[in-house]
Amino acid sequence: MPTVAPLDLDGHCVVAAFVSDVPHFALADGVVHRLADGHRQVAAHDGLTCATLDERGERLLTGGEDGKVTAIGADGSLEHLADIGRKWIACIASGPQGAIAWGAGRTAYVRFADGRTKSFDHPRTVEGIAFSPKGMRIGVARYNGATLHFPAADGKPTELEWAGAHTGITFSPDGNFLVTTMQEGALHGWKLVDAKHMRMTGYPAKVKSLSWSPKGRWLASSGAPAAIVWPFQGKDGPMGKAPLELGTRGNTQVTAVACHPADDFVAIGYADGMVLAARIADQKEVLLRRPGKGAITSLGWDRAGRRVVFGSEAGDCGVIDIAG
Amino acid sequence: MPDTQPQIPVTVLTGYLGSGKTTLLNRILSENHGRRYAVIVNEFGEIGIDNDLIVESDEEIYEMNNGCICCTVRGDLIRVVEGLMRRPGRFDAILVETTGLADPVPVAQTFFMDEDVRSKTRLDAVVAMVDAKHLPLRLKDSREAEDQIAFADVIVVNKTDLVTADELRAVEATIRAINPAARLHRAERAGVSLAEVLDRGAFDLKRVLADDPHFLDPEEHHDHDHAHHDHEHGHHHHGDASPIHDVTVQSVSLRAGEMDPKRFFPWIEKITQLEGPNILRLKGIIAFKGDSERYVVQGVHMIIEGDHQRPWKDEEKRESRLVFIGRELDPERLKRTFEACQAA
Repeated sequence: MPTVAPLDLDGHCVVAAFVSDVPHFALADGVVHRLADGHRQVAAHDGLTCATLDERGERLLTGGEDGKVTAIGADGSLEHLADIGRKWIACIASGPQGAIAWGAGRTAYVRFADGRTKSFDHPRTVEGIAFSPKGMRIGVARYNGATLHFPAADGKPTELEWAGAHTGITFSPDGNFLVTTMQEGALHGWKLVDAKHMRMTGYPAKVKSLSWSPKGRWLASSGAPAAIVWPFQGKDGPMGKAPLELGTRGNTQVTAVACHPADDFVAIGYADGMVLAARIADQKEVLLRRPGKGAITSLGWDRAGRRVVFGSEAGDCGVIDIAG
Repeated sequence: MPDTQPQIPVTVLTGYLGSGKTTLLNRILSENHGRRYAVIVNEFGEIGIDNDLIVESDEEIYEMNNGCICCTVRGDLIRVVEGLMRRPGRFDAILVETTGLADPVPVAQTFFMDEDVRSKTRLDAVVAMVDAKHLPLRLKDSREAEDQIAFADVIVVNKTDLVTADELRAVEATIRAINPAARLHRAERAGVSLAEVLDRGAFDLKRVLADDPHFLDPEEHHDHDHAHHDHEHGHHHHGDASPIHDVTVQSVSLRAGEMDPKRFFPWIEKITQLEGPNILRLKGIIAFKGDSERYVVQGVHMIIEGDHQRPWKDEEKRESRLVFIGRELDPERLKRTFEACQAA
């Protein structure tokens, strides 16, 4: 039986993640809480807007309303990586070789491991940012499409066009596909080798959470009464195929998803605070946490795939031990 | 559990550079009126107040991908409002300042079209600051000044001390010709009572027009100090080509008896579908036959909302009143088809 160790915090949890296997909870007020020898905390920002794990899962990268970018280690160490002044950091991503990227207004920034920083101006707001797993390449989600840069080299960006507002972005783990979330309940994908389009529509709500299964065989997404899981095994991705629906519930919506690090399992969080795990192969479900006070905003697995960390809009967070 | 957090009211403040918008903003931020405001601005610029709750945001207009060209939202506001609402309790209301050249429509539509924003906030009112001295010039050189007036719920005619009584009357007549439904206030140095600007509930169906017994009434004005002889300009021109040069927005005020809901609803739906892009605002009070309550409607382009408001009072005349503010409207057709919705 799964057991839940609750951690009741005061405020909206933006990201919950294991940092070197230590549960971390980054709250919108700028304080990052962690469960290591008891409950500890570090104040990272006056207002935290976004956070993500670094590539090795050893530091939590955060962006704030204060225009600062920081990295927090599992030991509570805090390093200021950048300060762009009085502008909100809208999105943040980690990349290979210790590189990180963030967006603020219409500018995308890339900081290399040696501290060198480059900026890329765009005609429209940088809504989302992601690194390709291969090579030093970033993708920026923007109005009417996505823009790809090779930040280590000078050169013209690649523009991928699709009408509408693109709000988030992710590369498939093999680097072959780029997928964006859109303002109007849809995903859009490009096969990068030929820029072929993939339309993934029909979501009743905006998709705010995406997660690739190991080796990128599946892409799980929120925004519907079930976790919508698109097949990406074929060379054309999900084109012409129907997605799986996992953990369908009638009266609420999926708000967060996280794929297991090794097996084809998805942890699914809902608007009422419930958390399930569902197996892709047979769609079998296990209840991990009963409904709580607020919508699940973030889910994360530890390296062994035994524990799930969760955060909620209302601050009722916690850690679930799958085996109990 | 469902979120029980109350919806935060949002005031949109429009107006040209030099209209006194920043002065008003500074008053809202510094005066003791018992409410804390989060303010979203395009540039920190002239606001000489250091406040964590002033957020700079790049205007970002997004067309919704639903084939409707008038369905635009402000993408930047979606993100900022979402961010602000993650830390509730720091403020009681939000104020969005737009640049002089900004179109207020996408700002307003954001609060109706984005589900996340809509669930946590509600549009309170669109307030337009107008410079009494320079309005005629503004109307000559830009369409935005006119749009801001046409779209507003509250219009503050500022700098009245810089014009003569005749000039003021002319400016107010022009404003009335563009927008007969808004509340009009005169001010010097943005010295309007903040209660007249904030927490108006102009988009709240329970409150819209509630305190406005003379809505579209040809014989009365909201502003009692308003001179009487300009009525023939301000009201009831039924959308005839505006007598005022440089004005392209028209208003069509309609009046009829009790309506048949089976006729009225299909009609208003069709009109807003067909004419949506041309309709900036619509507001009305509808008397349905056999219905003891007033029905109020309001709309922005193709978005329309309606609800029962309150019971008709005994002394109230049960008539239906509706105003369209927009461009290229066909007043004769609107009048004819509106009247055809009357109950037999």
